[in-house]
Amino acid sequence: MDIPRYWRLKNQRYRLQGKKCLDCGNLSFPPRLVCPKCKSRNCEKHYFKGLGTVYSHTTIYQAPDRFDHIAPYSVGLIDLEEGVRITAQFTDVLPADIEIGMKVEMVVRQIYEDGPKGPILYGYKFRPIIAA
Amino acid sequence: MRKVAIIGLGQTPVREHWESNLRDLAVTALRDAMDDAGVETVDGVCVGNMLSGALSEQEHLGSLVVDYAGLDGVEGMKIEAACGSGAAAIRMAVKAVSSGLMDTVGVVGVEKLTEYSGKFSTAALATAADADYETTMGLSFVGINALLMRRYLHEYKFNKSDFSVFPVNAHKNSVHNPNAMFRYEITDAQYAKSKLIADPINLLDSSPIADGAAAVIVCAMENVSQFKGKPVSILACEVGTDTLALDNRQDPLWLKGVERSVKKAYYLADIKPKDVDFFELHDAFSIITALSLEASGFAEKGQAIKFANKTDISVKGGLPLTTGGGLKGRGHPVGATGVYQVVEAAKQLRGDVAKEVQVENNNIAMTQNIGGSGATVITTILKRIV
Repeated sequence: MDIPRYWRLKNQRYRLQGKKCLDCGNLSFPPRLVCPKCKSRNCEKHYFKGLGTVYSHTTIYQAPDRFDHIAPYSVGLIDLEEGVRITAQFTDVLPADIEIGMKVEMVVRQIYEDGPKGPILYGYKFRPIIAA
Repeated sequence: MRKVAIIGLGQTPVREHWESNLRDLAVTALRDAMDDAGVETVDGVCVGNMLSGALSEQEHLGSLVVDYAGLDGVEGMKIEAACGSGAAAIRMAVKAVSSGLMDTVGVVGVEKLTEYSGKFSTAALATAADADYETTMGLSFVGINALLMRRYLHEYKFNKSDFSVFPVNAHKNSVHNPNAMFRYEITDAQYAKSKLIADPINLLDSSPIADGAAAVIVCAMENVSQFKGKPVSILACEVGTDTLALDNRQDPLWLKGVERSVKKAYYLADIKPKDVDFFELHDAFSIITALSLEASGFAEKGQAIKFANKTDISVKGGLPLTTGGGLKGRGHPVGATGVYQVVEAAKQLRGDVAKEVQVENNNIAMTQNIGGSGATVITTILKRIV
C-alpha cells in the first residue's frame, strides 16, 4: 500500500477538509491550490459538515480487483449542503433503498484492507439520515 | 498553417489477440498504413496508448515501435489521454505537419487489454478517473458512466429500454466490418434482459475490452500527389478539456469537453453540425452516445434519444452513427480506438467499406474520441477529396 498517500489524505478522508478561497469565497473539495473560480492562490482550509443529498447513485456488480469481495456495493454523487459535490460509497442502506434526493450524512468507515496483514484504509461514506 | 491530409490507413482486427504482443500489433498496423500510402519512411511516429505500463509492463513505446517497425533513428513518442489517446496522437501529428516541422508522420494507436483478468483490467481502466477521490471510493469506470445514466433517466424521464437504439444500431453495422469484434446483431429484447454491470448500465450498454492497433499516415496536402495512397482531407482535429473528476462538474450531463472541442473543430472546418454526413462517435457506453450528440450540437439537451429515432441513425438515415460498429460492436481497445474511428471515417470517404454500410453521397465525416468521463475530447472533421 502507498502509505504516504493515505497519510497525506487523512484530513480529507476523515474530516472532509477542502479549501475556501479568501478572495471570492468559493469552496472546493478536494482542496485545490488554485481557486477554480477566480484563479486566486489565496486559500485556507475549510471543513465541510458532511450533510447532503444524493445527486446520483449506482450499484456496482463487476468491481475493480480491490473491491471485488464486497460487490455488489453502492457508490453515489452527493451534493453537500455547502454546494460542493463529492463521490462516495453508501453504507448502512440497501441498494434498492437509495434514491436521488435522499438526505445523507457522512460517517467514517473502512474503505478496504490491503490484504490480511496490510494496513486498513478508512474514509468517508454516506448513510441515510434517520429522523430522530 | 499548411493543410493536412491522411494518405494511408492500416488496422488489425479488434480481437483478444493472445498470440500477438503489443509491439507486433502496432508494427502491423503502422506498416500496413505505410504500404497503403506508399511511403518508405516517415519523419516521426506518434503512438497512442493508455495502459502499456499497467498491462504489458512496457512503457517507452515510441522508440520500441519505431525500432521494430524498421524505422531506425526516427523520432517516436507515446501520447496518453486515457481512452482519447488515439485521436490525441493524431492531433500531435496534425500539429507537426501543419506547422511545417514535419512532412509525413505515422500515427498508430495500440492497446492490449486482455493480458490479465477482466477485474485487473477494470482497475487499470479506472486510472482514467481521479485516483485520490473517485477510484479509491470503489468507483469503476462503468460506475462513473452509470452515475451519469441514472441522473439522465431521472432528469429527462426516459425508460432505460429507450437507450437500446444506440447499441442495436452499432451491432447492425459491425456485422459488415471484418475487423469488428462482434459481427452479429442484437435485439431490444436481448438488451432488456442483459445483465447489470453497474446499475443501470448493463452489458449491452458497454463496449468490450479488446486488443488491437490502427494507424494512419498524415502528410501535407501539398505533397499528396507524391504518394500512391488515396488522400482524405483533415479539416480539423481539435481538443477540448474538462475536469477529470465527474463530481467537480456543475452539470455532469453537459460534456463541456465535447462542446469546447466541437466549437473549435466546426470553426476551423467552417461547417455546422448539419453539414456532417456521418458521425463516428465515442459509444463506450450508451449514455455517452446521448451526451455526445447533445453537446456536439445535433440534439437539444435531454433529446438525444428522440433525435436518434426521428433523424434515423442507420446507414441510410439522416445522421448515420458508428458505421464501422462503434466502440460497442467493433470493440474498444482504448488507446487505439480514436485511430480506428478515423480509419473507418476515411474508408467511408474513400468508398472502401462494405456496400451494406457505405454512406451514400458522403462528403464530410466527423469522429469524436473521448478520454475518461469527458476530460479530454478530440473531434476530427474529415472531407472527401474529389
